[in-house]
Amino acid sequence: MNHLFRLSAGLLRSGTSGLYRRGPVPEGHVSLVVARLFSSEPENSELGQLIKKDKVVVFIKGTPAQPMCGFSNAVVQILRMHGVDDYASYNVLEDQDLRQGVKNFSNWPTIPQVYFNGEFVGGCDILLQMHQNGDLVEELKKLGIHSALLDANKDEQKK
Amino acid sequence: MSITAESLRNKLTAEMGAVHVEVEDTTTDHCSTSFKVLIVCPQFEGKPLLQRHRMVNTCLAEELKEIHAFEQKTLTPEQWEKQKAD
Repeated sequence: MNHLFRLSAGLLRSGTSGLYRRGPVPEGHVSLVVARLFSSEPENSELGQLIKKDKVVVFIKGTPAQPMCGFSNAVVQILRMHGVDDYASYNVLEDQDLRQGVKNFSNWPTIPQVYFNGEFVGGCDILLQMHQNGDLVEELKKLGIHSALLDANKDEQKK
Repeated sequence: MSITAESLRNKLTAEMGAVHVEVEDTTTDHCSTSFKVLIVCPQFEGKPLLQRHRMVNTCLAEELKEIHAFEQKTLTPEQWEKQKAD
């Protein structure tokens, strides 16, 4: 089974749709890690580590390739517009413990949830407003991510 | 308790001192209750988006347990006037 997990982990890192969409995980130990992370034990430390592993972490319904809800899709589309495709995405529909756990963790009642550098940013509304008012470009810059929209603007100014 | 646009609007106005509240019931057939709210409240002044949304979440904590989907737009009275003018 190990080679299958390595394959899917590899697919995940390259950003294409994979078998699982749980984000980067240690090779060969997917099922153990997942079971431990999302068991009914106090998840705060586990979940806390999960959100710090990547600069951009989102909890959505479905996957970036196939979002299962309009709001989750909006988050995926906004990130795509800014050229952010290297991020961790977790499908709460696959795991009810995760679904509830992340709501408890952030004390936020809904999915999708977006985290930058381990900090809760908000849901779809907030991300959308940040996108519209230019804050998102700034926040991405702080993460060391150059938004694709900056290049788009530069092209516009050259004309 | 059945959650209606009206009950949400009343609660937000009463508990948060909102000056203007619009609640839209966006429930569609396949989904259970979902709402979209616009809240204009002077208490939002000086607070970042996340904090504003958390205030609303706290106010509607009971209802949110039942509501499936929730969208919110939080503005200060000044932002609201500006938006209307646009």
